[in-house]
Amino acid sequence: MKISFTLNGVATLWNGVPTARLSGALRDDLGLTGTKVGCDAGDCGACTVLLDGRQVCACLTAMGQVASRRVETVEGLGDGSGGLAGLQQSFLVHGAAQCGICTPAMLMAAEELLRRVARPSRAEVEASLGGVLCRCTGYGKIVDAVLAAAAPPPTDMPSAGAAVGARIVRVDGRAKVTGGDLFGADAIPRDALWLRVVRSPYARARFELGDLEPLRRRLAAVLTAVDVPFNGFGIYPDIKDQPVLADGHVRFRGEAVVALVGERAAVLGVRDEEVPITWMPEPPLFGIDAATSVDAPLVQDSRPGNLLLEGGVRRGDPAGAFAACAAVAEGLFETAFVEHAYIEPEAGWAQRFGDRIEIHVSTQTPYMDRDEVASVMRLRPEAVRIVPTACGGGFGGKLDLSVQPLVAVAAWTLNRAVACVYTRPESMAASTKRHPARIKARFGCDAAGKLVACDVWATFDTGAYASWGPTVASRVPVHAMGPYAIANVRTWGEAFFTNGPPAGAFRGFGVPQAAIAHEAMMDALADELAIDRLEFRHRNALRAGDTTATGQTLAHSAGLAECLDALRPHWLRAREKAAAFNAKEGVRRRGVGIGCMWYGIGNTSMSNPSRMTIALTPAGTLTLYSGAVDIGQGSNTILIQIAADALGLPAAQFALVAGDTDLTPDAGKTSASRQTFVSGKAVELAGLDLRRQILRLANAGPDARLELQGVALAVHDGDEVRTLDLSACGPLLGQGVFDPPTTPLDGDGQGVPYATYAFAAQVAEVEVDLDLGTVKVLRIVAAHDVGKAINPTLVEGQIQGGVAQGLGLALMEEYLPGRTENLHDYLIPTVGDVPEIECILIEDREPLGPSGAKGVGEPGLVPTAPAILGAVHHATGVRATRLPLLPHRLREAIVSAKGKRS
Amino acid sequence: MADYLRPRVLGEALQALNRPHIVLAGGTDFYPARVGRSITEDVLDISDIAALRGITPETNGWRLGATTTWSELVATELPALFDGLKQAALEVGGRQIQNAGTLAGNLCNASPAADGVPCLLALNAEVDLASQSGMRRLPLAEFITGVRRTALRPDELLVAIWVPRPPSDARSVFGKLGARRYLVISIAMAAVTLEIAEQRIVSARIAVGACSPVAVRLAELEAAIAGAIIDADLEDRIEPSHLAPLTPIDDARGSADYRRDVVLTLLRRLLRAAAS
Repeated sequence: MKISFTLNGVATLWNGVPTARLSGALRDDLGLTGTKVGCDAGDCGACTVLLDGRQVCACLTAMGQVASRRVETVEGLGDGSGGLAGLQQSFLVHGAAQCGICTPAMLMAAEELLRRVARPSRAEVEASLGGVLCRCTGYGKIVDAVLAAAAPPPTDMPSAGAAVGARIVRVDGRAKVTGGDLFGADAIPRDALWLRVVRSPYARARFELGDLEPLRRRLAAVLTAVDVPFNGFGIYPDIKDQPVLADGHVRFRGEAVVALVGERAAVLGVRDEEVPITWMPEPPLFGIDAATSVDAPLVQDSRPGNLLLEGGVRRGDPAGAFAACAAVAEGLFETAFVEHAYIEPEAGWAQRFGDRIEIHVSTQTPYMDRDEVASVMRLRPEAVRIVPTACGGGFGGKLDLSVQPLVAVAAWTLNRAVACVYTRPESMAASTKRHPARIKARFGCDAAGKLVACDVWATFDTGAYASWGPTVASRVPVHAMGPYAIANVRTWGEAFFTNGPPAGAFRGFGVPQAAIAHEAMMDALADELAIDRLEFRHRNALRAGDTTATGQTLAHSAGLAECLDALRPHWLRAREKAAAFNAKEGVRRRGVGIGCMWYGIGNTSMSNPSRMTIALTPAGTLTLYSGAVDIGQGSNTILIQIAADALGLPAAQFALVAGDTDLTPDAGKTSASRQTFVSGKAVELAGLDLRRQILRLANAGPDARLELQGVALAVHDGDEVRTLDLSACGPLLGQGVFDPPTTPLDGDGQGVPYATYAFAAQVAEVEVDLDLGTVKVLRIVAAHDVGKAINPTLVEGQIQGGVAQGLGLALMEEYLPGRTENLHDYLIPTVGDVPEIECILIEDREPLGPSGAKGVGEPGLVPTAPAILGAVHHATGVRATRLPLLPHRLREAIVSAKGKRS
Repeated sequence: MADYLRPRVLGEALQALNRPHIVLAGGTDFYPARVGRSITEDVLDISDIAALRGITPETNGWRLGATTTWSELVATELPALFDGLKQAALEVGGRQIQNAGTLAGNLCNASPAADGVPCLLALNAEVDLASQSGMRRLPLAEFITGVRRTALRPDELLVAIWVPRPPSDARSVFGKLGARRYLVISIAMAAVTLEIAEQRIVSARIAVGACSPVAVRLAELEAAIAGAIIDADLEDRIEPSHLAPLTPIDDARGSADYRRDVVLTLLRRLLRAAAS
């Protein structure tokens, strides 16, 4: 059917099936990929466009209904002469776009409002944006940007030497606010074949494949386990336990079984029921108890007792020390599977070039992807090229392979470009999750409130395959005592296989779960000794000079006490306000809580180097070659800021080549909050290296000032100016490598697991409706020791986004296979759920880091749930022991506590 | 290729229904049921039939056209009788869904958690079902027969919702409980309509949603309220036994016991709000 309509003011004729979604028509037929698809079900709002001036989900709009109407997309915004509209400029300057996948939708939703109300209230903005989910920002900067759209602040670029510490706008921000950034599904070649995965509906089953020939005749290929050259992958070199396509046996619901490849319509036209698979379901093992029972069947035959890994830290004499404690607290805490819920589902495509394969994919870790795909394909790593697309959120979930091996095998076999884009339910069923944890904690202190003993036993459900389970099980024992100086410590971490989804890396690698336990213990001990909860933590905070439970003496940069000092006035004021409120109200009660954390930056006791290159060419082009993938956190920007100041040229003069395994050296993965600290140091060294070469060429002293104009590089040394003609110099390459100094942990967990640690404390104010069991978080104040904020706007963005995810972890997020595989049953916070978040940046310099910086990606999340749960306890007397604290769980606990009292 | 019809007049639509078609209006339930697969059904798109849209006041009541959207409802000037339905409209999904989703779609989809149903039950709403053989009117309570089941025949179209004008002044309120602020499916919800004359409640209609396969009226509670003087003590008349028609279940959003418990709270608060 031919349909004519007005698209961004231009008369447009489209031809196709009238029930086609407007989102698909815009993206696939009309080339406007600024409108994103996050769920195809109206749950995330990422496809929001204006239809006759009203915001609608393009994924719910039939093309037949668009006839004769006006459609406006992000590509239609602007000032009319190629510049940014005020709203876009405001988003850019406020740092309202992080990964950018929700940005076009946020812009269109705001645009609808701003046309009606030029200067809206905060409440009006929230109501207008309520239908668009953002997983990165915590929404605050988005709301601020909309409120300031009428008079957006200008973009300032700092001069040479002033980049570090400046709030410069993201170097990739313009593309994000214009819809021009290309994500995994945005630049698929038009002639690419489509790949769709048929997945297991059972958590545990054996299966047999029937005759696939009839399907093969309809399609280009039907791939099964036998088509994968080496059918196992996994994060650890010695644990390749997850098949690309299951071989007769599935271990979790959503496991890949068969890949259908062909023309897109043909592939989508095949129903799962048409694929001849005979299923023989077996009773699944769900949960830690089932996996560890004496007669439990094995999830993986080679894993006795279903045990993946165990280990811990021992120091001092906890048993003896507990006996002498004035107060001892203990508790058992359980958390659920938590879904990353990045708004961009997994997507990418592959193409074969002779004896090489090239994969364009949304990923956090191009080099690991390269090596992993090479292993699966039985190719040399150099035969695989990974080109990361823009990444629409990762949070750890895009550290594991998803579409990569599938499209690689198909493209290699068929010698055609092959693309795969997960649906939302598929993304949720197939991807890794945060580990469910059961944490048994016991802490003791002396009469003065000084912690003396701690015993933490952390058991994790690692799901069907290992993924990052070993990382979680080894990181947690090192962190489980919390950011406190304790002489007698025993911690233990263990992970068991179940038929749950593979649990992998999710912002914090198990530390957020552990923090819930240790912070509850801090509250309990402080309460028992009638010491203020903040002061109790302050008394015990790890400080520079203290020795940790692994025997590491912290030489520098342990700013927890400073964080608590900065929070103290907020804490006291909030406690007073809550008391005043509670004196009047009955059914609603307010509470104030505090959470603290520490977080080791980078891999645990393992090498994790980063290499950076800065090139200054004879043409005068200054380029940073960075293998670090910016997944929204802002590494592209801060690496240039660091490089600029190390070199001594303005940040604005840098071009960037990022994350292409053929073009950039390996910077390691974007995880473990390591890019600022590790890659930042590498790029600082690269900048200094290039500067040294320039100064040598100019025979100038170390304080010389550089000025780059075209091919002329002027070197101002005191009163003298020497100008280098770059066209005569040949290319200059500055190189830097940094691998944080760590040592292996011995059998008692003794050693130096991390070169540096981030510290943080957050205060949460909540209001609980006692009769409904609902919790409204009113305000969060977050104090973070980041060493040095390279870009305060981006640091705040990380903290605020982390807080929003911590709020979800505490109050609403629970992934149940088969039941919450979409974004309306699986709830993440909306703009109405995340409160004002005030960030306080503490800069206790880390001498190893670039300009003293550490990392902040994961720390933002870790203290939030403990702070909220402490506030709920303060308000109600109920200590949450099972997360999320859904309304029914809290209400039941309130009723039960009341029953016990009366 | 499958059929796609988008008639401008009702008669053509009814004619099309001589053969089975999936009816498409706002698309907010149609597309989510078809994620990741091609659309092969014959579709009758009723979004271009002007006669099905908009709210018309008549002497005895109001006719709410089937394809009236939630946003259009909110933007229409209506008496306090409709305040509850407007509150519900603002709780349906986000603005995108309110701008597209239709009143009739909410009823025909027949979800136990449909936001519009408790309000419309408390408004004594009826539905007009048209077919080539004529028109019939059913009380809403008889129209929705179960989870995702209605009394709609394959040849029929729900063309309008009829809300009768109460003999006395009336007001309504709505409350929804979910685990987050926007875009949330109810754990429980309730709607209250009170007809008031001379400070006395002439009649009360109270309905609860998401606590039974189909939202239901609480007749005993209505009886307990009727005749009372409108004051702050109204809520004291609620007894747990009034919830007998509810059959809540345990699911990921909440337990059955919790639902019974919080419905009492919701109802108390709604009665307090309606009385103030």
